[in-house]
Amino acid sequence: MKLYFKVFRAPYNYTNLAVYKTFFIILFIVLVISTLSAFTIYFTGLSKDENIHFRRIELNVHKAPQVEVASSIILKKRNVNCTHWDCFNIYKCGHTGHDRITVYVYPIKKYVSRDGIPAAPLFSKEYFDLIKAILNSKYYTVNPNEACIFVSTIDTLNQDKININVTSAALHSLPFWNGGANHIIFNMLLGSSSDLSTVIDLDVGNAIIAGAGFDTYSFRKNFDISIPLFSPVAKLAEQDDTSQQRSWFIASSQLGIDPYYLDELQKLSYQHDNLFLILDACHNHNYTSRCEINSGKLYPYPEILRESTFCLIFRGERMGQFALLEAMAANCIPVIVMNDVVMPFNSVIDWKRAAFFVMEDYLNTLVNVLKKTSDKRIIKMRENIKFLYDSYFSSMEKIALTTLDIMQDRIYSHWSKMYDDWNLPFTQRMKNPLFLPHTAPKSHGFTAVILTYDRVESLFTLIRRISKVPSLMKILVIWNNQGKHPPPLSEFPKISKPVKIIRTRANKLSNRFFPYKEIETEAILHIDDDIVMLTADELEFGYEVWREFPDRIVGFPSRTHIWDNVTRSWKYESEWTNEISMVLTGAAFLHKYWSYMYSKKLTPEIKDWVDENMNCEDIAMNFLVANATNQPPIKVTPRKKFKCPECTNNEMLSADMGHMIERSQCVDRFAKIFGRMPLQSVEFRADPVLFKDPFPEKLKRFNDIGSL
Amino acid sequence: MQAKKRYLLLVFVSCAFLAYCYFGGYRLKSNINCLEEELKSFVELNSLQGLTGSVGAARTKGRINSNSAEMCRMETCFDFSRCQGSFKVYVYPLEEGTLPSSSYQKLLNVITESRYYTADPKDACLFVLSMDTLDRDRLSPDYTRNLQVRVHRLPYWNNGLNHVIFNLYSGTWPNYTEHNLDFDYGLAILAKASMSQSHVRTGFDVSFPLFHKGHPEKGGEPGSVISNTFPLQKNYLLAFKGKRYVHGIGSDTRNSLHHLHNGRDMIMVTTCRHGKSWRDMQDERCDQDNKDYDKYDYNILLHNSTFCLVPRGRRLGSYRFLEALQAGCIPVLLSNSWALPFAQVIDWNQAVIWADERLLLQVPSIIRSITPDRILKLRQQSQTIWERYFSSIEKIVYTTLEIIRERLPEQSVRDGSVWNNLPGALLTLPTFSDVQDDFPSSSSIEDVFTAVIYCQMGSTPMPSSSLHRLVANVAKSHYISGIVIVWASEKRTPSRSRWPVLPSNVSFHIVQTSADDSISQRFRPLAEIKTAAVLSLDEDSVLTTDEIDFAFVVWQRFHDRIVGYPARSHYWDDSKATWGYTSKWTNDYSIVLTGAAFYHKYYNVLYTEWLSPLLHKTVEQSQNCEDILMNFLVSHITRRPPIKVTQRKQYKEQPISGSRSPWNDPDHFVQRQTCLNTFAAVFGYMPLLRSNLRLDPVLFKDIVSNKRKKYRRIELVGS
Repeated sequence: MKLYFKVFRAPYNYTNLAVYKTFFIILFIVLVISTLSAFTIYFTGLSKDENIHFRRIELNVHKAPQVEVASSIILKKRNVNCTHWDCFNIYKCGHTGHDRITVYVYPIKKYVSRDGIPAAPLFSKEYFDLIKAILNSKYYTVNPNEACIFVSTIDTLNQDKININVTSAALHSLPFWNGGANHIIFNMLLGSSSDLSTVIDLDVGNAIIAGAGFDTYSFRKNFDISIPLFSPVAKLAEQDDTSQQRSWFIASSQLGIDPYYLDELQKLSYQHDNLFLILDACHNHNYTSRCEINSGKLYPYPEILRESTFCLIFRGERMGQFALLEAMAANCIPVIVMNDVVMPFNSVIDWKRAAFFVMEDYLNTLVNVLKKTSDKRIIKMRENIKFLYDSYFSSMEKIALTTLDIMQDRIYSHWSKMYDDWNLPFTQRMKNPLFLPHTAPKSHGFTAVILTYDRVESLFTLIRRISKVPSLMKILVIWNNQGKHPPPLSEFPKISKPVKIIRTRANKLSNRFFPYKEIETEAILHIDDDIVMLTADELEFGYEVWREFPDRIVGFPSRTHIWDNVTRSWKYESEWTNEISMVLTGAAFLHKYWSYMYSKKLTPEIKDWVDENMNCEDIAMNFLVANATNQPPIKVTPRKKFKCPECTNNEMLSADMGHMIERSQCVDRFAKIFGRMPLQSVEFRADPVLFKDPFPEKLKRFNDIGSL
Repeated sequence: MQAKKRYLLLVFVSCAFLAYCYFGGYRLKSNINCLEEELKSFVELNSLQGLTGSVGAARTKGRINSNSAEMCRMETCFDFSRCQGSFKVYVYPLEEGTLPSSSYQKLLNVITESRYYTADPKDACLFVLSMDTLDRDRLSPDYTRNLQVRVHRLPYWNNGLNHVIFNLYSGTWPNYTEHNLDFDYGLAILAKASMSQSHVRTGFDVSFPLFHKGHPEKGGEPGSVISNTFPLQKNYLLAFKGKRYVHGIGSDTRNSLHHLHNGRDMIMVTTCRHGKSWRDMQDERCDQDNKDYDKYDYNILLHNSTFCLVPRGRRLGSYRFLEALQAGCIPVLLSNSWALPFAQVIDWNQAVIWADERLLLQVPSIIRSITPDRILKLRQQSQTIWERYFSSIEKIVYTTLEIIRERLPEQSVRDGSVWNNLPGALLTLPTFSDVQDDFPSSSSIEDVFTAVIYCQMGSTPMPSSSLHRLVANVAKSHYISGIVIVWASEKRTPSRSRWPVLPSNVSFHIVQTSADDSISQRFRPLAEIKTAAVLSLDEDSVLTTDEIDFAFVVWQRFHDRIVGYPARSHYWDDSKATWGYTSKWTNDYSIVLTGAAFYHKYYNVLYTEWLSPLLHKTVEQSQNCEDILMNFLVSHITRRPPIKVTQRKQYKEQPISGSRSPWNDPDHFVQRQTCLNTFAAVFGYMPLLRSNLRLDPVLFKDIVSNKRKKYRRIELVGS
């Protein structure tokens, strides 16, 4: 652009308009030419990219070119013995250094046999959505040579709409078909022919079938993917409320169920008044209305499912049933009456959380089983259903992406999502990261980390004091003063434990929480350089307490938070109250994991604020730990005063009033950033078992426990 | 100048057009192609079958009628009518003159001592053979001969219907055919190790762990992870030491492991020096391999490596898997298509890494790409799973039976989050509740409790008596919801008027049990207990209202543990090589007596329904130790010590000399010591854990104004 302006100003020197004119005409021609060339480059894909010959496929169904394929091939059955380990060519995946699968989608073409029979005359809206979702996903690649998975654009969702022979031939004619290896064939409806097949009849060779009609006999474990049968009307039934009372207990609304079930249901409904709503087709041949089987009363479908707690899903002609998604949309708990059923996405979804299963021959136990369910359980299941439906089932896009996510987890299983990630709503996924119940071994000891600026004298006193703690392993002095050299090690007090000095690059409070590799123990004693009053017994006892609660902050100075009703905000409180909710890191034991979390995982919003304002790093740590563990910290022994009597100077940061106001703001700000108040108040502290007991001192382990 | 302006405008417009084409052109392009609205749905719902009237007999369609064993499913190969209402297991009596292998003997012992066992085949839902089927390798010394004939002679065999066959090894050299058990097991359910995923009959077979001969019957070794060092720094990243088979099935994987060996953090050492004639079979690498092999010790590798390779051997599974799990060495599986033990219920993704035999050379880069965070998770989970389901044959068998039980009609099921989290499914009885929030492991808890007072002596609650005072003190608590008196005396229950007057919101029940009943009656899951919190008291316990309130608020924070006043300790007596019990004042404790303690109602259910009958018998015979047993139970579940609150140690009034108190008995103490040892033997280990701290109110005995303190009266109590 700069260039233009330079040229632009030049013409002021000319007075002749003709010269002016030619200049602009030339300029315009240049522009037009560059526009045209830009277009040609864009449409032919002649960019300097390495995918130089590839381009995104066009999603234009109507302009698809016609391709002729052989009209008859020898149809073979799919390979029933396929497993991920032999039919899937793993070498196609990941060799380019990707951290995820790559999916190639064939261009849309109309396949026609020599005698003019089309392979799949219909390109459905659902398949369009599915292909579109894949094209827009992070997995899509335009380059078939680096693709790990291939998806054909022949719409195979409904077997009745395709010609088996021609489609099979069309699949075989695909340029990268290779016996079907690494191809995914999507199918939702099987043919209505009356054979027993539960899988699409195409000759798919070694291809993976993402199908909606599997039973446990046809489903190849860890190879095929079971997907839901998408119902175009499920949207109508969607329901957000999970706690509402419903007028019917059990609803059966599926069409064309076996007369035997209908008889059984009616028998049950005679025995139990007002529990059942049994619906069947009305005479108007309309899917979206159902009639009560005896009275003939008309109900709108699937909206009526919102009125029932449980919805029955029976085996029909096919295993896949529209009713499943319709029930889930309506937040009606599905009761699956199908032997050998393979539930959608069964490899990742735990259906026990969201559905009941009743064996076909035990339909008579239905009421007993469901009546046992507690109200709390029903609410829980509804929440689970809502989560599952919203995340994996509500649209063709979700279904397509979930299928690819499953493939991704199968191929990169070492990074795969775990049970909780798939099955629990985000808010319930919080699991204490240090969940192993154990008392940390005493012999490992702890490392003392002292953050200091220049108070050398106080530092040396502190080092001398804590060196007497038996379980101390090492002292780490974090020298946070860039303008001054720390005193040489030779000037440090002579103690029996190793001392190490680390000089920091910037004077930041968060330096105290860096997981230095010099820290070799699990436990870290974070201590300020001016906290010199703690006795060896107190610190050793503090370590003992930490061993029993290695996931928590265990320490001496405690604070609490309170809700201020006037300012409608959280307040920081340093008064000696009956409750504590924070333990300050001026003298506290913490697991090294929390240092790592603080340095690597704490949101920059908080971390940067702390470093800029030189305050609240301890509050941030309390928030971090409480948020991850859902546990309060533990205060040890009575000790409350941490200002030494001789320290009368105003260096003490905590003395400052403005400082306190700032800390209140911290609590309030952090609560907003975390989206909740994770701190919890408790009314207890930990003391030695024989604390203040009238008992001979020499028999007590911890005698020198100070007061206040 | 007009023309100049016009040209300027023209240039600007074309510039804008160019920019638009460059930045927004592709959007334009896809808009052109957006013809979605014209597309039809893949199905016309209104022409579906059923709407048009033809109702198919769908139910029997697709039903596999053949009883062929490969096609077995619970619905086709199992007789549910035997299991109505209960789930009992019958074990055939041992045939004379035959002795099963020690592993199988342990397995049978576990079943016969369990609450699943029935001696009456008519009651049985499942049948277990007494003939050893663990080892079906013809070349093995433990191979049971003539099984085919002997099985068919069994009175209830019925072509294997409702039978479970436990198996560790199948097939033999050279093919090691997976489903060759060398006899026709008919319709029996296989609980079998080393199955491949495609051979597990869905919802029918149970994949089983492969364990050593020395695997303990009960208790079992705890996981060896004792600290969560972070980031985990071990000497080795990935280790393997084991045999390799130069030729034959499954040998390729182990033969190529040497490519991964780098002598620094990846240690892959194999040997071909095994079997009688290894020299005849050896290849050119054998000598070098053997040299490397001798440099490393298996156990040192196991405990000093972050990941342990578990490659397939002749069969898919190997002992190494459980060993690595126990050692907290994250298993890296190199055994394509192996069905991991109990994969039906355990989410192994949380505890192991799957590698692909085909991508052997990528294993190092896969391992190095795993974050320290994930390692921390995997390691802890491997320990959890080991301790909950694999550490003893008892746990393995119970898990197998529970998996089968959950498949039966009308049985309650537990979802994966119960199976894969602490305390695990074996300790979560679905009969208690179907929501996790009702169990002690939940995060939410209500703020009311029920006091259960166990009255053994049957003294009338005179206004001066300790019982009267106790009831009055309890009723004054902020959090009380109800009081239940368990009256275990021959004397008549005192009339309502004898008891203190209670506030209207406090319910009051007296439950009469006969004096002949076991002392365990105090832990009966009574319907009168409506709250999750139970305050267990003896009739002569002394507690102030402040103490009760404080103990309760502490319990709310530790509602999976026992929280209370009287603490005791156990210790290992080296001279006698037994466990000792002490009530002396010590610096630590491991038991909190249930004479004045809070615990979760669910433990009543576990105590009554889940504990082995042997333990109940011990309590019944001694009329003592029920409180120790409760501590064993809770520590066993939580693997945490109980919690003592405040100073009080004397929780009973000093009995007047000569009065009949069971705690005054000199035998009492000896008895408790014996109990401790019996319980430890039945549990298979000592579950009690020690604690060094007690919890006091925040301002306890601080030199501050008394008005500040919430629990003032606790300080007056003393020890």
